[in-house]
Amino acid sequence: MIFQPAIIALLLAAGLSLAMLAVASPFALQLIRHWDLGSGSERQLRLERLTYLFSMMVALVCGLQVLSTLLFVFNADKMSVMFVGAMCAVGALNANVYGFPALYAQLVAFFFAATWLAINRLDNQARDYPLTRLKYRLLLAYAPLAAAVLYLQFNYFIRLEADVITSCCGSLFSEEADTVASEVSALAPARAMSVFYAMLGGAILLAVWHWKGAGRGLWSGLAVGTASVAAFFAALAGVVAFVSLYIYEHPNHHCPFCILKPEYGYQGYLLYLPLFAAAAAGLAAGVLSLFGGRPNLATLAPQASARLAGIAAAGFALFVLGASVMVLRSNLILIE
Amino acid sequence: MKPWIERQRHLIDFTAQSLARRKGKSLGLLVVYTLLVFVLASVALYTHALRNEATRVLAGTPEIVLQRLIAGRHDLVPPGYIEKIGRIRGVQKIEGRLWGYYYDSVLKANYTFMVATDREIAPGEIVVGPALERTRELSAGNGVSFRAYTGELHTFIVAEVLAHESELVSADLVLMNAADFRRFFAYPAGHHTDIALWVANPLEVRNVGVKLLDALPDSRPILREEVLRTYASIFDWREGMMLALLSAAILAFGIFAWEKAAGLSAEEKREIGILKAIGWETGDVIAMKFWEGFLVSLLAFLVGYVAAYVHVFHFEFALFAPVLKGWAVLYPSFALTPQIDGLQVATLFVFTVLPYTAATLVPIWRAATTDPDTVMRS
Repeated sequence: MIFQPAIIALLLAAGLSLAMLAVASPFALQLIRHWDLGSGSERQLRLERLTYLFSMMVALVCGLQVLSTLLFVFNADKMSVMFVGAMCAVGALNANVYGFPALYAQLVAFFFAATWLAINRLDNQARDYPLTRLKYRLLLAYAPLAAAVLYLQFNYFIRLEADVITSCCGSLFSEEADTVASEVSALAPARAMSVFYAMLGGAILLAVWHWKGAGRGLWSGLAVGTASVAAFFAALAGVVAFVSLYIYEHPNHHCPFCILKPEYGYQGYLLYLPLFAAAAAGLAAGVLSLFGGRPNLATLAPQASARLAGIAAAGFALFVLGASVMVLRSNLILIE
Repeated sequence: MKPWIERQRHLIDFTAQSLARRKGKSLGLLVVYTLLVFVLASVALYTHALRNEATRVLAGTPEIVLQRLIAGRHDLVPPGYIEKIGRIRGVQKIEGRLWGYYYDSVLKANYTFMVATDREIAPGEIVVGPALERTRELSAGNGVSFRAYTGELHTFIVAEVLAHESELVSADLVLMNAADFRRFFAYPAGHHTDIALWVANPLEVRNVGVKLLDALPDSRPILREEVLRTYASIFDWREGMMLALLSAAILAFGIFAWEKAAGLSAEEKREIGILKAIGWETGDVIAMKFWEGFLVSLLAFLVGYVAAYVHVFHFEFALFAPVLKGWAVLYPSFALTPQIDGLQVATLFVFTVLPYTAATLVPIWRAATTDPDTVMRS
């Protein structure tokens, strides 16, 4: 099924990303070994010039990852009509063993890319590029990840066969099955709601606190990072445990993918876009607060961290607001 | 935030003016870029609309069609088969259908003769599809003769012409009375062409199919969802093939964009040199060049996409239609329902803007890191 336009586009994006990272990697090694801003040697000048090119290249790759993530989920949802038994993206992703790993790898790549972009931006703002070495170390770590994404996606798409009978979301997110997804599905709505609002509320408060404190506290920054990751998972669990039920107005349908479908007015995008943006921003806020101790970044890093924390707070708030409105507007009654 | 936006605004302003100064060069790139978007978007929009049309048309068809096979070939359903199926739970209606093909030597085309079950047609009368109306210049009240396969000539009166809206499925259709149909084709009495079954619950369709196979081992149930899936993959596959063929064009475009971006004129080099000499940083020049690419891409994408939209939905995809929609003597002429799909736009974006951006990366960097000193001296 490799001849689907969206699949070709995804593979093109993944292949191009890997190719660019592969070209950048030898340069990264050279830079890590010889980078010395104080020196005026010819090699240093050449390195300085080349950093512009490779920073641009990796920024393009990271932007591409953000687009690919969206395209991948969208495409999985569209492909579900091709498989017997599939009703939404879950069925398409379940069509072979590479489906879900490919999605997870894509998500990891997304968060990695977002963090890298934040570091890159901070580094470019400082006069002496203090984070260049770190940036290129991260780039070296990124290349294998990009290779994994391409490998998993290629295997997933090349092995797709239309006559495979897959399972639909009803069986993966049922309350009886023996998986994490089903454990989450089986959570009592009242308990799930309290965990959901506590975690997200906590993350929002922490982010606002860090933002108000102009991002100066290292600990508050790290707390925002950790809380964002925790809130991200709590949010996903909440969507599975109760938000989806209210959207479908059905007490047993827990699928977090069907809410992306036109039948439900694409409401899922209203939830996931702010959630992912907020989680990525919160994570980056945490990472950037680590650099506040460096003399050249003493003012810039907290500034950037605070701004990202503000974005994270706004994103999480938007997500909670959206989810709450969807729950309140629903005709389903779960809790008397 | 405010100064950042101000800065970008001035950069965009500067870029737009510098693009306008070099009209010839920018226009060449823009035309090629727009053409590429136009071709790709046409293909994407057209297949998407066709896919939707197929889904829409098939929505009214029976869930299961049962054919009888002899030695793997489709054969007539003998009397007693419908009774043998009996009552299967979940089946709303069972109906034996009568239809066949007739080759008209006048037009050198095939018609589909069918017995209408949802309407009464008087003996000796027929109802014809719009393509027949056009090609044989028939209208209500006219008489028309067909030479049957037995050699005798049968004359029918056209009672009605089917509405144009249904042309995609009814272009070559001739509807008639069951007795007329049997007499015309000398069809064995009590036999049917196939059996249609309507199933209410979509989740039950497969089970009904399995039960049918148990009851009638010499038959083949064809499910509507299978037909739909086949259509979807055929259109996707055709689109993918077309894109694969066009990948050469995308590659050529990439090379073209590289060349255009790399071939900086002496004047442009001098411009960059002066900018750097008066205090622009490498980052600023890169930002300017980025905006240049962005503006060109945006313009080409919008113009190309709108042109493709007009091409597909107002000019019926005149340029590439034969490749994608197939061919027939009595081809239905039909208008597609305009529809824009987010996935398709995103895909198109990856196919056009991404190669352009990737190809111009190195040239942009080269231009931005040129030494003002060397440029102005040369």
